[in-house]
Amino acid sequence: MSTPNGSAYRQREESLTLSHLEPELAAAEGLSTELLTLNMGPHHPATHGVLRLLVTLEGEVVRDVKPIVGYLHTGIEKTCEDKAYWKAIPVIERMDYLAYFFNAMAFCGAVEELLAVEVPKRAQYLRVIHLELNRIMSHLVWLGTSALDLGAISMFWYCFREKETILDLFEFSTGQRMHTRYFQVGGVIEDVPRGWVEKVRGFTADMPNRVNQYAAILDRNEIVLQRLRNTGVVDEETLLDLGITGPLLRASGNPWDLRKAAPYCSYEDFEFKIPVGTVGDNYDRYRVRMAEMVESVRIIDQALDGLPEGPYITEDRKVALPPRHELATSMEALIHHFKLVTEGFRVPPGEVYYPIEGPRGELGCFVRADGSAKPARVHMREPSFIMMPALAEMARDGYIADLIASLGMLDPIIGGVDR
Amino acid sequence: MPDATGLELLAQDLREADSDAVLDTLFFRDRATLIVDPARVRPTLEWLKGRGYGFLASVHGVDYYPEEPRLGVLYELLDMEKVDRITVKARVHTEKPELESAVPLWGAANVQEREVYDMFGVVFTGHPDLRRILMPDDYEGFPQRRDFPMGGEPVLFTYNEDQVPGWFE
Amino acid sequence: MAVTREPVDDFRIRQLRARDMLRGDLDGPELERHVEEGVLTTTLDKAIDWARGNSLFPLTFGLACCAIEFMTIVSARVDVARFGFEALRASPRQADLLILSGRVSIKMAPIVRRIYDQMLEPKWAIAMGACSSSMGVFNNYAIVPADKFMPIDVHVPGCPPRPEALMHGVLKLRAMIQGHPDQGWRQRYGAVGTEEVVGEKAADAINVFGPGDTEGA
Repeated sequence: MSTPNGSAYRQREESLTLSHLEPELAAAEGLSTELLTLNMGPHHPATHGVLRLLVTLEGEVVRDVKPIVGYLHTGIEKTCEDKAYWKAIPVIERMDYLAYFFNAMAFCGAVEELLAVEVPKRAQYLRVIHLELNRIMSHLVWLGTSALDLGAISMFWYCFREKETILDLFEFSTGQRMHTRYFQVGGVIEDVPRGWVEKVRGFTADMPNRVNQYAAILDRNEIVLQRLRNTGVVDEETLLDLGITGPLLRASGNPWDLRKAAPYCSYEDFEFKIPVGTVGDNYDRYRVRMAEMVESVRIIDQALDGLPEGPYITEDRKVALPPRHELATSMEALIHHFKLVTEGFRVPPGEVYYPIEGPRGELGCFVRADGSAKPARVHMREPSFIMMPALAEMARDGYIADLIASLGMLDPIIGGVDR
Repeated sequence: MPDATGLELLAQDLREADSDAVLDTLFFRDRATLIVDPARVRPTLEWLKGRGYGFLASVHGVDYYPEEPRLGVLYELLDMEKVDRITVKARVHTEKPELESAVPLWGAANVQEREVYDMFGVVFTGHPDLRRILMPDDYEGFPQRRDFPMGGEPVLFTYNEDQVPGWFE
Repeated sequence: MAVTREPVDDFRIRQLRARDMLRGDLDGPELERHVEEGVLTTTLDKAIDWARGNSLFPLTFGLACCAIEFMTIVSARVDVARFGFEALRASPRQADLLILSGRVSIKMAPIVRRIYDQMLEPKWAIAMGACSSSMGVFNNYAIVPADKFMPIDVHVPGCPPRPEALMHGVLKLRAMIQGHPDQGWRQRYGAVGTEEVVGEKAADAINVFGPGDTEGA
């Protein structure tokens, strides 16, 4: 809950009431207060996508917020049941459209667990580099759009300049800016081209300076402080009860991060810190994400330093396509290639839930295989969907402007909410 | 994850606490699953929450067509102290798809159970507000059941590539 | 970029085409050509079309992944302000270009149509990406292609289209606005005159929603 009288400015504001008029108002006939329910419709400049909010207001204080979702429901989970496992990867990627590598990683990780294939070390390091670059990109878009909501419009252009550099790196290594289908079951689809590592190093050398520049603009800005400090406070128990992890939980003081707690994909090889907040207000969430960008840069540097040689996808020909030069000489490779492309690999029956740490929290993929080449059920545990009820907690008893700030700092991606 | 013996010990403790809850245990790829009777799901979750699994990570719905009972609901629980995960699975028939809601235990179950209801038709008794969440309110049918058609439209082609100038002109 | 046409000076061809027009048999490009040749575009109309094309006000309407590439258009590398389109308006009453960036679900389709109706003439729509033009990657129960419920002027393919591709589509729209006279397919397919006009409000209407009205939310 946010307290409208958290700072001296707010206290002065609160002191300006109509209380000296209240006897007159009470004596006057026919005056009453009532709650106004306002519809911030699915099309709204501040709702980060098609989110509909029913806001119940008393004056300008928010008494209740009801998010209505479903305006972007695409039936991704049902579409995957119709496609072979490797064909479902591009569909899954388009779910949370800023964290596409994370979506693919969760799905590929789940299928790799079901198949019990081993991902080679080089593929794991390449995956980590792309995942952390995607985390930085997601945080940059968050920062640009949230600052835009607060009124710091120039941050949008700065953050998108950095985002363009990252998308150039993605295009260099994978061929596509967004939704790259780079992660495949068993590794990555191809090795990074020559010159990519140097380009990434150029980016990581520069990025901490840029984060410092953003911090210099926003960190001690009077308007940012007053809009974000002590607004949207939710305590840790409520967040844990609502099932929320990620930067929101870390901002309220709990250092839970799946990369440290249950390491996957070689994260245990890297040394990085987990930024943790103290109060749990919007300002802490902002600072936690800024610090996470710097930590991600450190992880990328370490991964580039330690990038091993080796295969970039599993050698198991029943799962991964053989290299093309083998097709000319080996009959078996040709048969494997044919089977994989037409039907796809078959996965033995089983059910697996594979969680990873996405930029918004725990992103998990549940895959049920029934022995055929198509998954029988894919369900994504998407943190944006789970964090929707937290908005009501954050916005209650605050002003409507604090609702907008809280919505920005919450960082929901409606593609993930609706799937 | 509790290992295989840990899972058996847990199931044994649960059987002592509540005799007819656990139908089966499953240990697959280092993941533990307890298959429980649908009528005893809520006490089982409460008991597990008391044992330390205090975080509800996810509620999934699965349609096991054509095996009966058809609709399954899986609860993924997480113990943050010991970094342990366990899955509780309950399967119900389509004729009587009722489960007791886990909302009094975790607020996280609210929107997720609504999604399972919307997509599969599993009714959670005791849920404060069981409505459709992703589909329109007046939608008929439960889309993610296996016998629901995939839908879709044929693409509207205009077949006039010869007349329309190409991008290079 | 213009399609070259042969000069029509054969009287017999024009006679046959007029006969077909009267019978209602004329269709497709023949009809287009007939209409365009029948209209005299004045210099004032040309100037107005030039001005309209150079000052499109896009609506801030981001649905899904394509919205990220749409935001990239506004940012510094692919700068839409070079062409004068940086004034993105949030209210459909003030905008004249609707860029449908993203997949349109069945719950969202009536709202998109309503927003398109609320825009005032002249207005144009671009279907950005594969999901809004056809169904895109997802051909299932939950999505509807935009052509089914609203008229679209330009389709930009891609998933998501590069910002340069979207820019190419917007510039094609600009060329269409500046080159063609104001009559054309939208008139024929009844896509004009779809503005929504809000009726008379009640005299004492303050609260649109009452306290109990949102039960179904």
